[in-house]
Amino acid sequence: MIPEIGHFALVVALFVALIQTIMPVVGAYRGIPELMAMGRLAARAQFLFIAVSFAMLTLAFIENDFTVAYVAHNSNSALPIQYRIAAVWGAHEGSLLLWVFMLAFWGLAVTVFSKSLPEHFLARVMGVMGFIGVGFILFILMTSNPFDRLIPGAVDGRDLNPLLQDPGLIIHPPMLYMGYVGFSVAFAFAVAALLGGHLDATWVRWSRPWTTVAWLFLTIGIVLGSWWAYYELGWGGWWFWDPVENASLMPWLAGTALIHSLAVTEKRGAFKSWTVLLAILAFSLSLLGTFLVRSGVLVSVHAFASDPERGVFILAFLVVVIGSSLGLYAWRAPSVHVGGRFELFSREMLLLANNVLLMAALAAVLMGTMAPIVLDALNLGKISVGPPYFNAVFVPVMLPLAILIGVGPLVGWRSGDVRPLFKKLRTVFMVSLITGVVLPLMAVGKTTLMVMASLAIAMWVILSSAQYLKERLARRSGNKGLSAGVYGMVVAHAGVGVFVIGVTLSSAFSVERDVHVRVGDTVQVNDFGFHLDEVKSIRGPNYHSDMAQVTITRGGEKVGILTPEKRTYFVQTMPMTEASIDTTFFRDLYVALAEQRDEDGWALRVYHRPFQAWIWAGPLLMALGGILAVSDRRYRVSAKHVVQARQKPASGPVSGGARA
Amino acid sequence: MRTVLVLLLLSMGTVQAIGEIGIRNLEDERRFNELAKTLRCMVCQNQSIADSNAELALDFRDQVKKKINEGQTDAEIIDYMVERYGDYILYRPPFNMVTAILWMGPFILVVVGFLMILRTMRRQEKSPADANTGQQARLKELLEKSSDAGNRGG
Amino acid sequence: MKARYLLPIAVFLAIVAVFGLVLYQVSQGRNIREIPSPLIGKTVPEFELPLLLKPEQTFSSEQLKGQVSLVNVWASWCVSCRYEHDLLVRMSRNIDISIIGINYKDERMDALKWLRDMGNPYVASIFDHDGRVAIDWGVYGTPETFIVDQQGIIRYKHTGPITAEKLRNEIMPLVNKLREAGDTV
Repeated sequence: MIPEIGHFALVVALFVALIQTIMPVVGAYRGIPELMAMGRLAARAQFLFIAVSFAMLTLAFIENDFTVAYVAHNSNSALPIQYRIAAVWGAHEGSLLLWVFMLAFWGLAVTVFSKSLPEHFLARVMGVMGFIGVGFILFILMTSNPFDRLIPGAVDGRDLNPLLQDPGLIIHPPMLYMGYVGFSVAFAFAVAALLGGHLDATWVRWSRPWTTVAWLFLTIGIVLGSWWAYYELGWGGWWFWDPVENASLMPWLAGTALIHSLAVTEKRGAFKSWTVLLAILAFSLSLLGTFLVRSGVLVSVHAFASDPERGVFILAFLVVVIGSSLGLYAWRAPSVHVGGRFELFSREMLLLANNVLLMAALAAVLMGTMAPIVLDALNLGKISVGPPYFNAVFVPVMLPLAILIGVGPLVGWRSGDVRPLFKKLRTVFMVSLITGVVLPLMAVGKTTLMVMASLAIAMWVILSSAQYLKERLARRSGNKGLSAGVYGMVVAHAGVGVFVIGVTLSSAFSVERDVHVRVGDTVQVNDFGFHLDEVKSIRGPNYHSDMAQVTITRGGEKVGILTPEKRTYFVQTMPMTEASIDTTFFRDLYVALAEQRDEDGWALRVYHRPFQAWIWAGPLLMALGGILAVSDRRYRVSAKHVVQARQKPASGPVSGGARA
Repeated sequence: MRTVLVLLLLSMGTVQAIGEIGIRNLEDERRFNELAKTLRCMVCQNQSIADSNAELALDFRDQVKKKINEGQTDAEIIDYMVERYGDYILYRPPFNMVTAILWMGPFILVVVGFLMILRTMRRQEKSPADANTGQQARLKELLEKSSDAGNRGG
Repeated sequence: MKARYLLPIAVFLAIVAVFGLVLYQVSQGRNIREIPSPLIGKTVPEFELPLLLKPEQTFSSEQLKGQVSLVNVWASWCVSCRYEHDLLVRMSRNIDISIIGINYKDERMDALKWLRDMGNPYVASIFDHDGRVAIDWGVYGTPETFIVDQQGIIRYKHTGPITAEKLRNEIMPLVNKLREAGDTV
């Protein structure tokens, strides 16, 4: 009964989404307030029904209902309860339901926080979001129904993929999807603005906080995914340039560009049509990622089991959603008049340069992901594109961007003077250069040119952000504090610097030993000794495990004990590596137990990775910056005033009688 | 089908890896680690031979170690693998007619992007609007300077 | 001027076209995991290894020359090999073709038992215990089947178990063609 309720709720949600798509848009076109108001109502109802559907699937997992095919394939009675709940989004069907659930949640959020939006605008936004909902709910119902019954039911389930039985899985996909799907709001705002023909700066102001929130969730989601891969895949790497990772990085890059471009458009009215395009692009890339991962066109570590039928459906949906919005863009954007003027050396210009570099980086990721598919389809040969390509192309494009971060905030809008800037940043420049050269020598006793350059750039980013903050604090009038937005930007930019430091030092100076040891042996890595004390057999709830105990010493002194495991799950018998990590501020010590070679001999992977934690601390600072930015007071002032104030100068050509 | 899978996994477990091959010094070990990251484990979904514990990856690793111990250069070892398994085994795609766009595309985009900005600014300069003439002159001067620099650079 | 606003949709449609093509190819039965061998059109890699059945004798790449042969890489631990083994045995009885086996990373006793229990389709099986020769042949997933012509040049490779359909539609036509070509030389 429970799965039927879930299924039924989803069908109802489909019809509600249809209403949400049609009624408000017709209402906005004809100027009928009652129809427009239905959008908000439908969005709330849609959230309710999808929440019911989602709850029913969760219930089926909690109750071990193995007559539901999806539950039988992805759970097991011995699976601990927290993983039974997380298993809801552990495979294709359920993760799509999570996707739709998130979409409905964002729709609900828009109805709650955007009460002050003009009725016709909100109506169109609801319509666009409703349409995306229709597409995805239809996709679930037609090709990927998680409520399908298994007849006869299974005695027990096939268990959740052991890779996913980890705390990381519980929060990583929800965060990631919150980000992915969150870009649908900025997308809907942009399309609504194009539909209404008012491509003025108002929609930009409205979409800024939404974009930032989606972006910060995506950032956290990516960090969690990376961290999870680091300790769960057992290879010591944290980013593999796998197509699935790239699928999340592409919308992130577009979203980052969008955040900056929105700032220019809001403040200066420039790049209006470019900003609209970016808003469409960010969400389009989220959709593209969904296609890549679920259609079976690529070979990846964590691609979902997929079939061409699903691929055809999503592709058709992509054509409708992205194709029509880009078509709309090509039709409406040319009539947008170019915004405020600015000079070659101005903050506008630097932000535009930021966008160019981010787009080039995005192109590198997109091309690297697509090239093997394209070449194969055109019979031009089979190639692999992996880390060596991305390191050679992506990094050189991104490093100049980091240099710009240091300059950008210190340059004025419209036109900035170069000379005072030189003076201002001279000290920062010198200090960055010196620390870039000296720091690695002090920390690890060696260095390379690339390391010096990267570190100098990282320090440049951090110090110039500090310089900017100092300047703003000095300039503020009286005891009035700075806006949270300023702190947000500084923290996020400093996060970039922290990230670059982490990546540089970890990738240049990590020491990796892949060794064959016996119990009682010691492996020496730098000045740390790793002593294999014992390997004992233990039993978990649904697996048994060989757990090693490794004592780490440094100069005879005990540093810590690590317990890497090699697990074999009862149902899905593939061996799983559970790495064990000792993290401090300056380094990670990482031990993974690989295969048993003979009686008491084991293959052991041992790493010393300097500044590893900084790789995650950096992006978390960026996300924190995002949180600070959206907490800015100006987003909380009664937005009604904003709308009124903004509408007066912004009354452009009225189209379709939208302004009832 | 499921039993087949289980059998497959069990049967793979019984195969023994070829003898552990040691590496002579730390520099060779570092070279090995780098090389292993650029070679794809053919049977895996998308993993380098360094990242995979598949039987084939172990064999490839041993083969690479052996070649390193024989004193072969990185290029020789890569050629050896490509001769047998094709470009697919390389995570660094070769540069040729087909992959030229892949390698150069992002950099071309940077150049095109900046050229487009300059063009937009020129247009903005030409358009009859309210900008004051002094600023315009300065802008023009700057533009010319930068395009000169661009020409020299190119 | 207008054209630049059409650029995004043009790029998008190009991407869609590629995806559409891939989906079409997959629906037509294309396996995106199949990796073409660079050895096709090249002379077989040189080797000399002991025979599985008579360890005191060796078999070398030179002996592949002079006739069209099928080289089949197999192992007793390889589950998929089981699927094609019957077909290989029937081929060896009913079709005039020499099948050479490369016994890949196997234990001699296991391999011998396999042939005893399931029939021996091979005119000769070489014993590649450590899999070194197989690496030279670019083997990555057993079973693999190569067609080698009279000059000792590799003409075809199939990864995975061969099916009756593959045999009828791809392997035998090519074998016959190579033989005719060889006869006229």
